Amino acid sequence: MKSLEELAQIRERMKNKVALREANGEIRIVVGMATCGIAAGARPVLNALVESVVKEDLKNVTVTQTGCIGMCRLEPIVEVFAPDQDRVTYVKMTPDKVPEIIEKHIKGGHPVTKYTIGAVEN
Amino acid sequence: MIRTQVLICGGTGCSSSNSMLIADRMEEEIVKQGLADEVKVVRTGCFGLCALGPVMIVYPEGTFYSRVKPEDVPEIVEEHLLKGRVVDRLVYRESEGDEKVEVPSLQETGFYKTQLRVALHNCGVINPEDIEEYIAVDGYAALGKVLTEMTPEQVIQVMKDSGLRGRGGAGFPTGLKWEFAARNKVPQKYVVCNADEGDPGAFMDRSVLEGDPHAVLEAMAIAGYAIGANKGYIYVRAEYPIAVKRLNLAINQAREYGLLGNDIFGSGFNFDIETRLGAGAFVCGEETALLTSIEGNRGEPRAKPPFPANKGLFGQPTIINNVETLANIPQIILKGADWFASMGTEDSKGTKVFALGGKIVNTGLVEIPLGTTLREIIFDIGGGIPNGRKFKAAQTGGPSGGCIPAKFLDTPIDYGNLTKIGSMMGSGGLIVMDDTTCMVDVARFFLDFTVDESCGKCTPCRIGTRRLLEMLDKITSGNGTLEDLDKMEELCYYIKNNAMCALGQTAPNPVLSTLKHFREEYEAHVVEKRCPAGVCKKLLRYEILPDKCKGCTKCARNCPVGAITGKVKEPHVIDQSKCIKCGACMDGCKFAAIIKK
Repeated sequence: MKSLEELAQIRERMKNKVALREANGEIRIVVGMATCGIAAGARPVLNALVESVVKEDLKNVTVTQTGCIGMCRLEPIVEVFAPDQDRVTYVKMTPDKVPEIIEKHIKGGHPVTKYTIGAVEN
Repeated sequence: MIRTQVLICGGTGCSSSNSMLIADRMEEEIVKQGLADEVKVVRTGCFGLCALGPVMIVYPEGTFYSRVKPEDVPEIVEEHLLKGRVVDRLVYRESEGDEKVEVPSLQETGFYKTQLRVALHNCGVINPEDIEEYIAVDGYAALGKVLTEMTPEQVIQVMKDSGLRGRGGAGFPTGLKWEFAARNKVPQKYVVCNADEGDPGAFMDRSVLEGDPHAVLEAMAIAGYAIGANKGYIYVRAEYPIAVKRLNLAINQAREYGLLGNDIFGSGFNFDIETRLGAGAFVCGEETALLTSIEGNRGEPRAKPPFPANKGLFGQPTIINNVETLANIPQIILKGADWFASMGTEDSKGTKVFALGGKIVNTGLVEIPLGTTLREIIFDIGGGIPNGRKFKAAQTGGPSGGCIPAKFLDTPIDYGNLTKIGSMMGSGGLIVMDDTTCMVDVARFFLDFTVDESCGKCTPCRIGTRRLLEMLDKITSGNGTLEDLDKMEELCYYIKNNAMCALGQTAPNPVLSTLKHFREEYEAHVVEKRCPAGVCKKLLRYEILPDKCKGCTKCARNCPVGAITGKVKEPHVIDQSKCIKCGACMDGCKFAAIIKK
């Protein structure tokens, strides 16, 4: 180790791997991962969410899983819990919807209404 | 991309209940379920809740599983890691009143809530065998800061301002020790880490070495820079195989990354560390005996002065710091002396790690700000005394410390207060005793230990402690007199004042403190020939109550020496001359007809 920059590089590279353990996300993104969810394709959605959160370096966001919510026909379901906001339920999720949700909802604070349960069901 | 991490405790406690097998199975199962790219298993150091081991935490949720068995692994992987359903039956439950309440995450348990983790802050959080994980949590940043921005004098000033005192027991101010060594202008000086943790029931240093070995290495390099030393030794017990393995691994990794060796951070500063294994002699925890042992000689103490800071290892100026002391240092450098000095009391700054053991629900490791009361540690964090029994005393400081009775439960714990009430901080072993503990027997136990461990170099310790033990033996076997108690006290002070090293000087403490706080128990042994706690076998008597005995013959069959006789369906009798007081009859009796006096 010849310089502080070298140390800083390793720290940057490793930081995300360890940050997961702090579990202090203010915003929680929860993916339904019961049998119904997995069958409908929840795992690629989950992975896409995790990747975007890391890529965008969103420190206040935690991505976790949950079981079956009960609306199996609408899976994959992703719910977003943010402080001072009603919970938002996205249904029939796909990996390509993820960037838009991250950009507009998670970073911008405006839910992407067209993917939510209200829009899809009506 | 890794979305979930499973942290499994790889400390000595959980390892001995198979946690490493669980980690291996977990990895196999994760591959089997096709989750290898998404879930990672991390083997960490001790979480602290050893009584509940093997323990694991699943992040990012922070779900805390306790008492996991290898056969639970497939269920955890399929249910939790794949489908996101927490395995309820393995989630840790805490007693709240009569009810058991589920505690979803470690931070919310009563055990953790009031703790403040400084020395242990990486234990159970990072993988101690991966230097990059340590770097990710600001590891080696303190060394970088010291080498590129600070002068040795500034480093020593920060240490002095922080108020950090030695965590090995004596509580000498660390900054002052460094300053003494720095003043000696000679080319060769040494930094030694005392990891010869020998108190019965203490395992604080082991957990730091196992859970965060790089913090110790980093602190030693900082110390080396501050005093002008380029060589360090870690003297660690050979009985700590996991700690030794991780230390050596950490040293090799640090060398590979150029964090030990020549010209660290391009500053021109050189520093290297080697380990030395202790063979388990208690006296080698005494600093001068430790140095003698590193030099390759029989571990015997030397007279002080000269102090090691002036004339230590191989006759050169040497500082000796305890593991826990060192573990605090990188954070003091990064966060500042004021941050550290803001915790604790006027007399003692910062936090202290205690190893909770004995009659307590949450056996394990806790770190609290100094100034916390014994009541908070034992009842709030430790979960109190099991089986509804009553608290009697707490023993701190191991064989050098004393017993603290219930009336001092609300005394804030710091170096000064513990000495005032006749005990000492010691390295942090805290053994809790309930009303089934005999205080004379406790004193006898510790004396027995020091007699064994006395190195024999000076007479007061070699012969004095043996005479003291003989007097205690006499009392516990019912042959003591009141005069013996006075003689014993006199001998205690004689040994204290005349022994050569700390081992002898503190050896009488367990006797003195129990004599002071529990004299009535000694008197019961001497005058009434009775052991109130029912521990001292020679003073015990088992009897069968004729009106309760149904004559079922179970006790007669259980008795290993045939001391019980009687006809079927008639009350039985114990022959006191044959009875060996093992208690097998009483344990087996369904009618509570056998009593212990």
